[in-house]
Amino acid sequence: MKLLNYTSAYFAGILLVIISIWAVVFYFVMLDEIYDSIDDGLDNQKGLVIEKSTIDSTVLFKNNFDESDYSIREIPAALAINSQDEYIDTMMYMQNEKSEEPVRLLKTVFLQNGKYYRLLVATSMVEEDDLTAQLFYSILWLYIGLVSTIIIFNNFLLKRVWSPFNHLLKQLKKFRLEKPQPITITKTNIDEFRLLNETIQKLLQQNIDTYTSQKQFIENASHELQTPLAISINKLEALAETGDLQEKQLKLVADALDNLERLTRLNKSLLLLSKIENKQFSDVKRVNINQLVKKVVADFEDQSVYNNISITIDEKDNCLQHMNEDLAVIMIINLVKNAIQHNLPGGMIHITITNHSLSVENSGKGTALDTEKIFNRFHSEEPSQVSTGLGLAIVKAITVLYNFKSSYHFNQKHIISIHF
Amino acid sequence: MKILVIEDEPAMRETMVQSLQQEQYVVEFAADFYSAQEKIGIYEYDCILLDIGLPGGNGLTLLKELKKENKAEAVIIVSAKNSLEDKVKGLDLGADDYLAKPFHLAELHARVKSVLRRKKLDGNSLISINNLKIDTGLRTVWVDEKDLPLNRKEYDVLLYLITNKNRLVNKSALAEHVWGDYIDEANSFDFIYSQIKNLRKKLKDSEAAIEIQAIYGVGYKLTGE
Repeated sequence: MKLLNYTSAYFAGILLVIISIWAVVFYFVMLDEIYDSIDDGLDNQKGLVIEKSTIDSTVLFKNNFDESDYSIREIPAALAINSQDEYIDTMMYMQNEKSEEPVRLLKTVFLQNGKYYRLLVATSMVEEDDLTAQLFYSILWLYIGLVSTIIIFNNFLLKRVWSPFNHLLKQLKKFRLEKPQPITITKTNIDEFRLLNETIQKLLQQNIDTYTSQKQFIENASHELQTPLAISINKLEALAETGDLQEKQLKLVADALDNLERLTRLNKSLLLLSKIENKQFSDVKRVNINQLVKKVVADFEDQSVYNNISITIDEKDNCLQHMNEDLAVIMIINLVKNAIQHNLPGGMIHITITNHSLSVENSGKGTALDTEKIFNRFHSEEPSQVSTGLGLAIVKAITVLYNFKSSYHFNQKHIISIHF
Repeated sequence: MKILVIEDEPAMRETMVQSLQQEQYVVEFAADFYSAQEKIGIYEYDCILLDIGLPGGNGLTLLKELKKENKAEAVIIVSAKNSLEDKVKGLDLGADDYLAKPFHLAELHARVKSVLRRKKLDGNSLISINNLKIDTGLRTVWVDEKDLPLNRKEYDVLLYLITNKNRLVNKSALAEHVWGDYIDEANSFDFIYSQIKNLRKKLKDSEAAIEIQAIYGVGYKLTGE
């Protein structure tokens, strides 16, 4: 939910509660005030009628309401003694409305010329259901009015107020540490947003710096490892060449050498990866993927023949790409090598080239691999003594560098595709 | 043949010098930029192995000086940097070859012999060993004056083993030299074994007086004479 709608919803909810409570309180206060005022009116009327009756005795015989709003009837003294003034809500037929309508009735007793009379004074009352209905609609309109004001206010004003924040957010969404682009900030007078902008810029710069130095570190570390590796390999080779060693010792030397070789390959692959990520392959030209694939496959021929793997190339179209030629070759070598490495004896590799894609299909283990992890560094389905586990990571790094897409899917065969 | 090894890392230098001396070269060395500059200025060498990162200066500067003075030395750059720019730059400046650390001693010998053949023994690209003769220019092999047809890889394997004659050649050095990146490390050993088997058969059938020995798990050794 957007911040705008979130606050609007919040306000709408709070207003609903507040206005409802207010409406109930208002209704009762109002009603109380109305009763108070009506009863005062009735009291005054009573005084007037009693006063009139002293002058005009015919009034004392007005037993029905008829056209007026009072009636008088003589009552026995015994009944009158304990009688007190009473205000009653009752119904009375109204000529104009042609229906029974609520009235307020004052029931009182007065003494005139030694006789007791019961006086009823009536006045028309507010219709409570009308009042509540009116109140309800007023409140409803007020509520709708308030909520729409808030929404309009939010949309126009808050949108403007939050614009630096939204601008920042939009840029953060696109930000990638591998390809850092400077974040531009909009000027704002709001302290919080200014602080946010500054903090984010600082944070990103720190991250970029750390990332860069980390990449640089991997590259430097790999460089520094080359010389000791070279020395160790050469010393062991010199030892093996002395000719004084027995089979047992030679085998130990061979094992050590094998592992140093593995370390060397690993180191070279890491170095290559950081060089790709550090964009050190700048020489870009138009590369003919078809030609390179054919060359790489030809160079792997000894290997594939030895493993009894048949490699077929299906050139649906000519594929020309702008990229560094060495990287194109490295990418294709790693794809083909991967397809040979994870193949079965007597298996197949089928390479399809279209004008915007390259896919390598190979037979192998009968279950799908983990699509998420297959391009990760050092991800290996089966622990291998010799594979560096970096081949597909290198392919991935190259595709990322040129914004190509790499994907894997399984359809009884393993298929890795590059979409240029 | 006189070789100058310019390398600042003592252990590295020592192994290179010793290994080259075994091949009957006269080997001298320099450990930093200035002593290298001095040696190059005074003496003449047939081949210089040049490290790029040196205390006191860049190896490429030495290379520039050499070329400016039209010295005839063959220069092989030996660098831990293994970066393409360095390689391209070095070769552009007139280096004859580029060898990235870490390398196999067998590869070092192959490179040295190759540049010496190219630079010093111009025209004379014939190598003979017993009844076997190789013309490295034509890439042709004869046994007793009779043509021995080898495919490209078999030729490469044979030449590599011959250049490292009587030395134990590590199997991965051989694989790297002949197949480079085009080999799946997972079964490289079996693969090389089968390639060597084919070569051995051809040599045996043509009665070549050389022998390729497998030395346990380590590698191969070509013997003759």
